[in-house]
Amino acid sequence: MMSEPTTVPPGGAPGGKASSAPLLGRDTEPTLFELSHAGRHSWSLRTTGIPEVPIDQLVPAGHRREKPVRLAEVSERDLVAHFTRLSHRQFSVDLGAYPLGSCTMKYNPKVCDAVAELPGLAGVHPAAPASLTQGWLGLFVELEEALCEITGMAAATLQPAAGAAGELTGLLLMRAWHEAQGQVRHKVIIPDSAHGTNPASVTLGGFEVVTVPSDERGCVNMAALAAVLDEDVAGIMLTNPNTLGLFEEDIASIAAAVHGVGGLLYYDGANLNAILGVVRPGDMGFDIVHMNLHKTFATPHGGGGPGAGPVAVSERLVPYLPGPRPARMDKGGTSPTYEWVTPPRSIGRVHTWHGNSLVLARALAYILANGGDGLKRIAEIAVLNANWIRQRLTGTYDVPFDRPCMHEVVLSARTMKHEHGVRALDVAKRLLEEGFHAPTVYFPLIVEEALMIEPTETESPQTLQALAESLERIALEANTEDSGWIAQFPHFTPVRRLDEARAARTLIPTFDARN
Amino acid sequence: MGNYIPHTDDEVAAMLAFLGLSSLDELFDAVPEALKLQRALELADGVGEPDVLAHMEAFGEQNRSRTDRLVCFAGGGAYDHEIPAVTRALAGRSEFVTSYTPYQPEVAQGVLQAIFEYQTMVARLAGLPVANASLYDGGSAAVEAVNLGAAASGRHTVWVSAGIHPHWRQMLATFAAGTGHRLQTIPLAGGVTAWPDVDAESGDPPGVVLVGYPNYLGCIEDLGPARDVCDRTGALLVVGTDPVAAGLLKSAGEWGADVMVGEGQVFGTALGFGGPYLGLFACAASHVRRLPGRLVGETVDVDDRRAYVTTLRAREQDIRREKATSNVCTNQTLMAVTAAIQLGWLGTSGLVEVARRCAQATRYTRDALLSLDRVVPFVDAPVLREFAVRLPVPAETVIDRMADAGFLAGIALDGEFDDGEHGLLIAVTERRTRDEIDAYATALAKAVA
Repeated sequence: MMSEPTTVPPGGAPGGKASSAPLLGRDTEPTLFELSHAGRHSWSLRTTGIPEVPIDQLVPAGHRREKPVRLAEVSERDLVAHFTRLSHRQFSVDLGAYPLGSCTMKYNPKVCDAVAELPGLAGVHPAAPASLTQGWLGLFVELEEALCEITGMAAATLQPAAGAAGELTGLLLMRAWHEAQGQVRHKVIIPDSAHGTNPASVTLGGFEVVTVPSDERGCVNMAALAAVLDEDVAGIMLTNPNTLGLFEEDIASIAAAVHGVGGLLYYDGANLNAILGVVRPGDMGFDIVHMNLHKTFATPHGGGGPGAGPVAVSERLVPYLPGPRPARMDKGGTSPTYEWVTPPRSIGRVHTWHGNSLVLARALAYILANGGDGLKRIAEIAVLNANWIRQRLTGTYDVPFDRPCMHEVVLSARTMKHEHGVRALDVAKRLLEEGFHAPTVYFPLIVEEALMIEPTETESPQTLQALAESLERIALEANTEDSGWIAQFPHFTPVRRLDEARAARTLIPTFDARN
Repeated sequence: MGNYIPHTDDEVAAMLAFLGLSSLDELFDAVPEALKLQRALELADGVGEPDVLAHMEAFGEQNRSRTDRLVCFAGGGAYDHEIPAVTRALAGRSEFVTSYTPYQPEVAQGVLQAIFEYQTMVARLAGLPVANASLYDGGSAAVEAVNLGAAASGRHTVWVSAGIHPHWRQMLATFAAGTGHRLQTIPLAGGVTAWPDVDAESGDPPGVVLVGYPNYLGCIEDLGPARDVCDRTGALLVVGTDPVAAGLLKSAGEWGADVMVGEGQVFGTALGFGGPYLGLFACAASHVRRLPGRLVGETVDVDDRRAYVTTLRAREQDIRREKATSNVCTNQTLMAVTAAIQLGWLGTSGLVEVARRCAQATRYTRDALLSLDRVVPFVDAPVLREFAVRLPVPAETVIDRMADAGFLAGIALDGEFDDGEHGLLIAVTERRTRDEIDAYATALAKAVA
C-alpha cells in the first residue's frame, strides 16, 4: 500500500525550471536561546569619549530594572550561522516559483533593494522639517501622481502600511463623506468571494457587513445586489478582477446602481496586477482604491510584511484624505518646492509618520523601470500565464468557472476529493515536494476544495510547464495511489506536516513557555 | 526598461495559439470596451537600471537632513541607533526578504522560527508572557491595544496621557471615528501625567488607560498612579514603552501593565523617513485570544520534530471575518526578523550597554545645553535618553540655523505639543561622540543668540 516516497524529479526543462525544495535545510536548528553561552557577546560600539556617570545617577530610584533583560548571548559567528541556517529553511521567490493566488508573488527586482539602501533615502529622520526633506516629499508626489494615473483617480494618500490598513482608511473616508452630506449610513456591501480583511475592516470602520452572493458565472449577483441596495448603504467593496480571477463584467451597472442610492464604490486593489494599463478603477466608477504595492509593484513581501497600501480617491473625496500630505507648491518659475498640507476635512493620521516610505521608494523605482508601456505588458503576460495554466489543467482538475480568467485561476480538487479522498490541502502539500510553493487553498470560500493559482508575469513558459507537469503528476497519483499515500507528503521539506491542533491547544508562543 | 518578464515574442505567440487567441488584447475580452483605457498610460517609458538609480539618488541629494550630512539629534520615537554590518547582511538575506506570510509551514520554518525568537525577546523585554509577530508601527500597536482593551473591559472610554506621542494620539482619534471609542486626553503637570481622581462608581470610568514610559518628552513617570486608576475602575493598563530605555527601566509587566506597545525601529531598522517600522505588542496571557495580528507557536511535525506555525488562527480576519477584532493581515515581519537579529547581536549585556550609553550621552548633552544662556528645561521631571528644552526663540528657526551648522537639532514642539512654544525635543544615542555634542552645544549657543 505504502510506496517509497518519490525522489525529487530531475530538474530542468530548457529555459529553467524554478525548483528549490531539495535545497532547503532539513536539520532542526536550535533556537538562539539554546545557542546562548553566558558571557559571550557580539555587540561592538563606537568610542565616544563621553565621561562616565554612575548608573545610579542616571536612572531615578524606583525605576531601575533589577535584572537585565535576558537575551541570547552568542558570538557574531554563531549569530550569522544561526540566521543563515534559518534562511536555508525558508522558501522564497528568489528560490523558486510561488504561485500563491491573490498574493502576486512576482520576482522583486534587485535594483529596488539598492534604492531602499541609498543613504539619501534610508538615512532620513521622519520628523525633519520639509525644508530638509525636499527629496522625500518630491518622491512621494511623483509616486502619488503615477499611482493616480494608473488607477484613474484624483489624489492619493501614501500613509497606509498595508492593504488592510488601506481598506480601513477607505472606509473611514466613506464614513466622513457621508457625515459631511449630513447622513448616517450603516451598511457596506461585500460579495461572498471577498478577502477576509474586507469584512473585518468594515466592522472597524463602524459599519455592518451585508454579504451578496455570487452568481453562476462567479460575479456579483445583480438581482441580489438590487435587493439590498437602499439609502442605508454607505458603499460596496469590490475586488475586480474578483478573487475568482474573473472580471466583473457588470461593473458599470453595479457602479450606477450603488451611486444611484448615494453609495460609494471601494476598489480592493489586491488584483490590480491584472489590469495595469488596460482598464482603470476610476474609469469603472470606483471612488476609493487601495493598492498593495507589495503585490502589484513588486516590493518584497518580507515573510509577511512590510507592505504598503496607498489609497487613491476621486475628486470629491480629496478634502477628506489623511494628513498631513505632501504637496507641490506653485511658487512660479523656480524649481518645485514641496510642503506638508493637511486637507480641510482630513480624517486624520493613519500612520505614525508618512507611511512605509522605503517601500514606497521601491515601488516608484519599479514604476520608473517598467514605464507606462512596461506596466501594460505586465498585466498582459500575467493574464496570459494564468490562462495557459487554466487551459492546460482543464480536465485534470475541476474548473468551477469555465471562462477565461484574468491574472489567476481558481481550480478545484472537488472531484478528486469525492472520488479518491484527496483534498486540495493534499495537492498543496504534495506540490511542495515538487519544488514549488503551494497555491492558495480553500479560498475563495465559495469554491469547494479551491486551489487558487497566480503564476505572475515573471515565471517563464518553462516554469509554467514544469508546474503544470507537477500538478498533472499529482492528479495521476490521486487517481492511482491510495489517498493515504498522498496524505503522507511532504517528506523532504525542512519539516513535514505539522500538528497544528497541538499548537493551538498547548500554546507555546515563546521559548519561555516551553515548560 | 526593466527586463523582468522572461517571455520572448515567439513564446507569447505559442502560448496565445495554445489558447486559440491571436492577440494579447483578446485576453481582456471580458473587460467592456467602453471601460478600457483607450490610450497609453501617461507615464514615461521604462528606463534602464542605472537611470532608475540616478533618478532615485537625485531625490536623496535633496534630503539635506540625511544622517550622512547632518548629525542627528532628533528622536521622538525614531532614533539614529547603530545598525551593524551583521544585521544588515542577515536581514537582507533574500529568503527572509522575498517570502510571503508563512502559510505553508513545511517550507517556512526560517521565518516562523525567527518570529518565535522575536516574540520571546519582546515578551522578555515587556515582562509579559505573550508577544505577537508585529504590527505596522508604534502608533498602530497603540490603536490595536486600545481596541483590545475596550473589548476586554467592555468600555469605550479611553484615557490617554498627553505624554503619549502626538502622532499616536492623532491616530487614535482617526480610528476612534470607526470604533466609537471616546478619547480623553489627561494633561501633564511638570512632565508627568496628572491622573484625575476616579472610582468605579463615577460616571464614565475608563476601559483603557494609555501612558508612555518614558513619555514623549523623555520623562520617566511613576506608573503606580496609572495602575491605581486601573485597579479602581477595572480598566486595562497599556504602557507605551521605549524599548531601548527598557534596557535600564522596570518592565511594563513589573508596573502591572496588561499590554505593552512600542516602536521597534530602534532594533536594527533604518530611520527610512518613518517606515517601514515595527509595532511591538505584548500582553498578559488572559488576553491572548484577543491578540491582534499573527502569533507563532511551537509544535511538532508528524515525525515529532520541533516545528513552528502561526497559531490561534481562529482570531484572525480571514476566518472570523466581520467578527474579528483586528483586520491586520500583512504586518512587518521583516522588521521583526531584523529586530531578532539585532537583539541577538546586542545580547543581554549589549542592550544594557546601549541604553546606558544613550543615558550618559543624554546627560552630558543636557548639562551642556542647560549651561547656555536662556536655555531652560522644558519640564522638571527626570529623563533618561531624551529631553526637551525651552529656547528663547522658536525651535523651527533654531532647527533651520542648526542645519546650516551641520546638525539636525531635534524636533520642534511648537504645534505638536500643548504649550510647546519654543520647545525643542532632543535625543542623543550611543552613536553621538563627545566632539559632536560639544560642537552641537556651541552651534546651539549661536543659533539661539
